[in-house]
Amino acid sequence: MQAYLDQMIRDGAFAGVPKEVVYAVAMVLAAFVVLSAFVAPLAGVTSWLERRVWARMQSRVGPNRVGPQGILQWLADGIKNLLKEDLIPADADSKLFSFAPYVVFMGFLCTFVVIPFGADLIVADLNIGILYILAVTSLVVVGILMAGWASNNKWSLLGGMRSAAQIVSYEIPAGLAILTIIFLAGTMSMQGIIKAQGWVPWDWYLFHSPFTLGAFFLYFTAALAEGNRTPFDIPEAESELVAGYVTEYSGMRFLFFFFAEWGNLYVIGAVATTLFLGGWQVPPIFENPVLLGIAQFVTFFLKAYLWVFVAMWVRATLPRVRVDQLMALCWKYMVPLSFTCLLGTIGLMFVPAQGQTIIKAITFGFALATAINFFRRVVFQVRNARPELYFKPQI
Amino acid sequence: MSETAPARGFYTEEDMTISVGPQHPSTHGVLRFVVKTDGEVISEAIPDVGYLHRSIEKIGEKVTYHGYVPYTDRADYLAAMFANQAFCMAAEKLAGTDVTRRGEFCRVIACELNRIASHLISVGTFGQDIGAMTPFVHALRERETINNLMEEICGARLTYNYIRIGGVGYDILPETCAKIGEFLNHFEPIVDEFNRLLSGNKIFIERLAGVAVVSKEDAFSYNLVGPNLRGSGVKWDIRRDIPYSVYPELEFDVPVGMAQVGALGDSYDRYWVRIREMQESCKILRQCLQMMPKGPAISKVPKKFRPPAGEYYARVEAPRGDMGFYVVSDGSEYPYRVRIRTGSYTAMSIIDKISKGIMLADLIALIGSLDVDAPEIDR
Repeated sequence: MQAYLDQMIRDGAFAGVPKEVVYAVAMVLAAFVVLSAFVAPLAGVTSWLERRVWARMQSRVGPNRVGPQGILQWLADGIKNLLKEDLIPADADSKLFSFAPYVVFMGFLCTFVVIPFGADLIVADLNIGILYILAVTSLVVVGILMAGWASNNKWSLLGGMRSAAQIVSYEIPAGLAILTIIFLAGTMSMQGIIKAQGWVPWDWYLFHSPFTLGAFFLYFTAALAEGNRTPFDIPEAESELVAGYVTEYSGMRFLFFFFAEWGNLYVIGAVATTLFLGGWQVPPIFENPVLLGIAQFVTFFLKAYLWVFVAMWVRATLPRVRVDQLMALCWKYMVPLSFTCLLGTIGLMFVPAQGQTIIKAITFGFALATAINFFRRVVFQVRNARPELYFKPQI
Repeated sequence: MSETAPARGFYTEEDMTISVGPQHPSTHGVLRFVVKTDGEVISEAIPDVGYLHRSIEKIGEKVTYHGYVPYTDRADYLAAMFANQAFCMAAEKLAGTDVTRRGEFCRVIACELNRIASHLISVGTFGQDIGAMTPFVHALRERETINNLMEEICGARLTYNYIRIGGVGYDILPETCAKIGEFLNHFEPIVDEFNRLLSGNKIFIERLAGVAVVSKEDAFSYNLVGPNLRGSGVKWDIRRDIPYSVYPELEFDVPVGMAQVGALGDSYDRYWVRIREMQESCKILRQCLQMMPKGPAISKVPKKFRPPAGEYYARVEAPRGDMGFYVVSDGSEYPYRVRIRTGSYTAMSIIDKISKGIMLADLIALIGSLDVDAPEIDR
């Protein structure tokens, strides 16, 4: 794309305009295209999927009217919210109030810059990619705190305070879990981390050692907490805080928060896939570069969406923890455990290669056995369900 | 903000006053609590009742005895059958009317079905208060079956107007009895499924164990009744201790709190008592379906029902505890005075005492575990 742009500059298409300005405008346009063509449908379809998955787990039908199987429900909701009155309470700090959703949204959107959808499908392969993700997702807490404070509503304030405490605390185990992988890969670039892994499951960092296996679950739990997902959704706990920091929001601003939340789900899955599940690595059977690109994209997308589905599943199953239990879980259990994972991984790096292979094999075997046992039980439950609960994906 | 706080140097120390309700997702109707908190910790929670007052007691003085029965439905719409029964029992005792034996069994069957429905709502919404969305929907799914059964029994799904003075409005048909039996076969495993999903959940237990403990003494002095009293370990059930209807002939346990996860009388005990009571109700229903005799469902009661002057207080064990109708007759067609005593109203009084020092999320758990129901509080 840059070559094409250079060609146009040389042809004099933008005569009199500095080169930098052309680049900047092109980047903004590219970002706009990515935003409208990929991120918006992604978050939207995730919201539809969540509602459908939830509905199936709760013996309901879920949205199935707009479009085939209701897949366009998110568009209808978006239009409805756009047409709604954009209400700003009289006592609210109107500037902060209007600005907060965009800060939250930006925090989530910026992560898409470094998410590697394929070997060549990445906006910018920053050499500090994963650190960059940690940094920009911290913006979300600023936005939430702004929303909570500016609403001038006690529920919003409580929600904002809870959220700040929660996100700041859970960044520590998440960061430490990520650090184990950084040590192993020796790079912070997202592409570099993926390239250090292979396409076969036992070459993934997930099964590298028991410590990385633990780090994965620590990362996933902490990421759920950072994304305000059940069982850690206390900032917007609707049965306690009415709606938490979004209590006073309506219309499109309200939607922006949930846009960010659903999009963030995908980011959680994508980061987990990159760090632990081998990213876009596919078997070396594709010669055609286009086919290869598609295969990589599909692989990455499915791996990431698996964890989106797991997050939905967890949300449909678990109750919510209390504030103090949430903090205790983080500081008493997850932080020490993630330090253990980090130190254990460092220690295992001194083990010679044969030893590492044995450890890898044991870990993989253990994980495989656990997974098989789990799915056996799930299949058993599904098979022995009452007739009215039979799995019927299309209703 | 217009409020001015006394400045004490850089910051001020003042409790934040929050109004929980009347429009709040987990106040189960229109309830209001004026809560003073220090951050998340509650220092005071004062219930403010009266948002749903419909003067049902006063209406009782203006309509005939027969005409008042549909109004009693509205006292507690989740357990309408019990209010029907309590009022009819009071009227029957005043006039000396007998209830047919089949009528008594019909009453017990309808009441126990209603108890299961009410407890399903209670435990389902309790799960939702704690943050688990799925158990609520599963509980409502089962309740829907009960509503269908109720529709078959009496034509209504929520406000039944089924129990009449002298018996019941319509006999329960044999095919309906068969359907109730089918429902019980289906429902008893569902309770186990529900326990696997919610009652045994680690987070759920952590949230409730040892939270908002009501001691036995407090339960007595604040006049808690029903599952809330039994949750504190007191074995007291009107069905067993002041027997009415055909309950003395039926065998059932009175489940009490056992402190299996935390302290005796905590939120989990109250929740668990309700789960166990649903199972006991199933037992009662099975016995009733077997023992039900043939005969008329309602005895001969004059259209112009004029009980002699006198007064009577009838009590039944409703899902929210001891429900009493105090009816005074002056010999006319209309009751001279009707007073309704409900369990939720007294349960509200203990909230202020128990909620001191607990967190905001625990207050929601406390309200949910007491199973207070706004229409029943205000009547």
